[in-house]
Amino acid sequence: MRIDGKGLIDRTKPVRFRFDGKDYAGYKGDTLASALLANDVRLVGRSFKYHRPRGVLTAGSEEPNALVEVIGAKNQTPNVRATVQEVFEGLVAQSQNRMGSLRFDLLAVNDYLAPFLSAGFYYKTFMWPRAFWEGLYEPLIRRAAGLGSLSGKHDEGVYEKAFAFCDVLVIGSGPAGLMAALTAGRSGADVILAEESHSLGGRLLSDGGVIGGLPAGEWVAQVVAELQALPNVRIMLRTTVTGAYDHGTYGALERVGLHKSARPNLPRECFWRIVAGHTVLAAGALERPVAFEDNDRPGIMMASAVRTYLNRYGVSPGKRVTLFANTDAARATARDLMAAGVTVAGIIDPRPDAFSVEDCPVHVGAEVIGTRGRLGLSAITVRKGAETFEIETDCLAMSGGWNPTIHLTCHMNGRPRWSEDLAAFVPMEGAVPGLVAVGAANGSMSTHGALATGHAAALRMVDALGRKVSIDLPAAEDAPYQLRALWAVEGKGRAWLDFANDVTTKDVKQAAQEGFRSVEHMKRYTTQGMAPDQGKNSNVAALAVLADATGRGIAETGVTTFRPPYVPVSIAAMGAGGRAEGFAPQRFLTSDQASRDRGAPMIEAGLWYRPSYFPKPGESTWREACDREVTMVRQAVGVADVSTLGKIDIQGKDAGRFLDFVYTNTFSTLPVGRVRYGLMLREDGMVLDDGTSARLGEGHYLMTTTTAAAGLVMRHLDFVHQAFCADWQVRFISVTESWAQFAVAGPKARALVNSFLETPVELPFMGVAPVRIGGVNARLFRISFSGEEGYEIAVPTRYGEALFRDLVARAETMGGGPYGMEALNVLRIEKGFITHAEIHGRVTAHDIGMEKMVSAKKNCIGKEAATRPGLWGPEREQLVGLKAAEAISAGAHLFVPGTEVHRETDQGYVTSVGWSPTEGAWLALGFLKDGRARIGQKVRLVDHLRGIDVICEVCNPVFHDPEGEKLRA
Amino acid sequence: MPELIAKSALDGQAPLTLGGVTLAEAAVGPITSIAVLPGGAKAVAKGLKPLGLAMPGPNSFAEKAAARILWTGRDQAFLIGVDAPALEGAAVTDQSDGWAVLALSGLGAADVLARLVPLDLRLSAFPVGRAVRSGLNHMNAVILRTGDYAFEIMVFRSMARTAWHEIAAAMEAVAARASLKS
Repeated sequence: MRIDGKGLIDRTKPVRFRFDGKDYAGYKGDTLASALLANDVRLVGRSFKYHRPRGVLTAGSEEPNALVEVIGAKNQTPNVRATVQEVFEGLVAQSQNRMGSLRFDLLAVNDYLAPFLSAGFYYKTFMWPRAFWEGLYEPLIRRAAGLGSLSGKHDEGVYEKAFAFCDVLVIGSGPAGLMAALTAGRSGADVILAEESHSLGGRLLSDGGVIGGLPAGEWVAQVVAELQALPNVRIMLRTTVTGAYDHGTYGALERVGLHKSARPNLPRECFWRIVAGHTVLAAGALERPVAFEDNDRPGIMMASAVRTYLNRYGVSPGKRVTLFANTDAARATARDLMAAGVTVAGIIDPRPDAFSVEDCPVHVGAEVIGTRGRLGLSAITVRKGAETFEIETDCLAMSGGWNPTIHLTCHMNGRPRWSEDLAAFVPMEGAVPGLVAVGAANGSMSTHGALATGHAAALRMVDALGRKVSIDLPAAEDAPYQLRALWAVEGKGRAWLDFANDVTTKDVKQAAQEGFRSVEHMKRYTTQGMAPDQGKNSNVAALAVLADATGRGIAETGVTTFRPPYVPVSIAAMGAGGRAEGFAPQRFLTSDQASRDRGAPMIEAGLWYRPSYFPKPGESTWREACDREVTMVRQAVGVADVSTLGKIDIQGKDAGRFLDFVYTNTFSTLPVGRVRYGLMLREDGMVLDDGTSARLGEGHYLMTTTTAAAGLVMRHLDFVHQAFCADWQVRFISVTESWAQFAVAGPKARALVNSFLETPVELPFMGVAPVRIGGVNARLFRISFSGEEGYEIAVPTRYGEALFRDLVARAETMGGGPYGMEALNVLRIEKGFITHAEIHGRVTAHDIGMEKMVSAKKNCIGKEAATRPGLWGPEREQLVGLKAAEAISAGAHLFVPGTEVHRETDQGYVTSVGWSPTEGAWLALGFLKDGRARIGQKVRLVDHLRGIDVICEVCNPVFHDPEGEKLRA
Repeated sequence: MPELIAKSALDGQAPLTLGGVTLAEAAVGPITSIAVLPGGAKAVAKGLKPLGLAMPGPNSFAEKAAARILWTGRDQAFLIGVDAPALEGAAVTDQSDGWAVLALSGLGAADVLARLVPLDLRLSAFPVGRAVRSGLNHMNAVILRTGDYAFEIMVFRSMARTAWHEIAAAMEAVAARASLKS
């Protein structure tokens, strides 16, 4: 219920929202949890395993129970913590993990089966029979696993990732964080202050108090105003620092637009990588529950959360509240409630020596041993000595003390230290280089302690940055933190430790009994701490119960490993911008639009988009277009954009020597104006790439690489140069992007090319010459990848589109036209030219029949390694051509006809396949054991995936014009 | 043979202004790679002298009149905006057509780039005159700070459209965030 006059919500701005199909009203500044509690909605979810009714437990990101689905126009987000989600006009949320309605969840039957569902149930039950694993058990387990549900659609929402840098990162904005940020900020250092919630102040917003003579709220407002005015301070609200990484790098998740209805372009979340010189961890502490029988009913909450709902949101979670707590500080919750006019039906304090000053029944030396109320708390049972009695109550505020939020300090393998005084783990100093934990996160539990340690840490950082600052420490309460540890109340029934994963004290004890005594084993056996809250509420209590069950101390028992992220991070935020086309850059040719104008479907070749084929009216399949284009090139002339091939400009006195070193064959002897085909090996002797290199001048070469290996070859050249011959007179740079290059191939290629040149040239096969086209300096190569007389014209990229359009238009007047990747592939298969389908990284020069290209007169990279035994000879699979009358497929394997088809009899495989309109047959390239000796024989080609089983003829890989007469015409 | 029409990488793309930040394709003129050969430093220095320029130090660029010289690697620089002088002692390669240059300017320009570039862009760490080879999301890029609130970004020409799209998307997100404050 809402309490008049309390809270920091904006009562002038009512907000309507919907939960489980019902409309409610809240105020700006409410979370979904506070707004539901204000509407007396206590039941908000069902537990994971037993489907027990559950209500809000906390007021922060550690919430284990109140997980809901938020439904947007484009998104359905599961497992949203109602304690974090702010309400906005039109917010739609629903409960999850239920079958039927929230009030009558059919799966609540699990609760009655609880005796059978204890720790290790899955491991014990789903073991046998083995035949049930896949068919029955897996679907069953998958059905039961997980909490929320997804829409099944792509998340079309906008997400962002970003980088930030600062001198001092302050994590958390309670008294410690604000003091540190103010100290560092005043010194002029670049400060980032990250706060998980939607306003600065931390516990001060809930707990009040007096700082420097001012009410805490006023002090916060003053500090915030000063920080906002400092240009060097950046305040990041709704930002949770999720992980600590090397070199002062932190991951952080910002909820940018989740508190608003979707707006165009507004990111939902942003994943930050923050690099900080120094870091102040002022993340505070998390209050821990106490395990007692049926301690999981809606209405049972953390005492600090009750206080937060009252003071920050103006909501009392109950009308008759009780308090069960083992610290003096927790009594403030009861006092605040009474001051606000809420009935406090009793304070139960397990400490026999506790004080009793409150104006309500106080039961010292007493414990809560049971509760009633099916869908919400109605009464608690209290035991005091030998006496037990019931108290009617609809809200029990509980506190078992506080656990410092040490998570980030453990992300780089640091182990926390057990403090007997606090009965809690505290950070090990220096566990994360550059990070200093202060305030409650470091075990300083008073407001004064928080201010003083935040101040001191920031002063040291300011000093280390070579800056100066003078700032006084304001006075504040410095009450000692006194508690007697209480983890679990003795009892027979189920007492919950991990609310999110339904793990009780019984499960932990059973794990210990069954031999899972290590805390890491207990965790995995019981699943304690493995829910979305990652054990924030339960880890320490669970290991205390384990320590007790195994007769060890807590320090000896140890704690499980804390790993990033501190809160769940949506993959969409981490992968922001990387979905669909954002996955990789798109590289477009200058001819791209011209190709699309002609209806060419584009296919990806690496990052490039290349035309697949150019359909003509009447053609209904790609094959028709491809066959026509192949025939067009063989009989007239075709034009193809080959700009994607890698081009590397190599200059210097030692350029030829360098090429001799990286290529198997010799380039230093290549005459100026000529082009040579070259083969390049990796250091291990396998083929790296092939291509042509042209000698443009005495000390000037232009290397061409395949499209696929352009980057790889550049990297290889850089490596060879830097590692082996850094002092040579050679320099090289990629010019791939500088030139648009077009292949012109076919019997009419020469006529077409010459019609473009200002001065026609008579170029020999494998010649290169500078030419002029339409006033532009261009390069003409006579090379061929099709087997026909072929040329490649290169112009500066800016002229690429114009030249392509002109070439194609004129080719069409000669019975020619453009051809795409499909035809290009068929043409080269007909000619037996290899691509990276063949030189796939596991073949040698010998395998592809090019061993004679490895010059005996000189050394080169990979030459020695290629002579190792097993890399040459008849046992190798060698490149062959294959010819078949029926359709065959790349990826098929080869066998001797008549032998059985299995792994041991495998004789080779097929790498490239195409229908050859020229040969009137299916042609393929592939690798066959001792293949060159088997030309003329038959092999059996089998593709189990596509159901192909065909007898093929083994051929010379060069089907078309084997003598090369057309090339040299 | 008619004259060939030249088109820039983002031909026809109008500048985009959002939230006080403007993205536009920049025409920077000729780009020439100068890679100093072993022992060639003196000759290169002599050749550059008439332009009032010298080989720049790592991660920097310098300007004189219309000419700019940009560090792009060890013993390598791009001379931009003027035709290359005759140079001894270096490999000289035309790069004019290989790059698309985008200019990003306005108060929030660094905020936009912070979505795509993993660098400390604070003025103290990345002052005017600084230039680095880095990543622009998934692309290689050269990023120059040409003013307190102005950057130039060089990417491979074929990736110009992706670069434009990604910077524009970052601008949209930054502008949408700004609208939250009102």
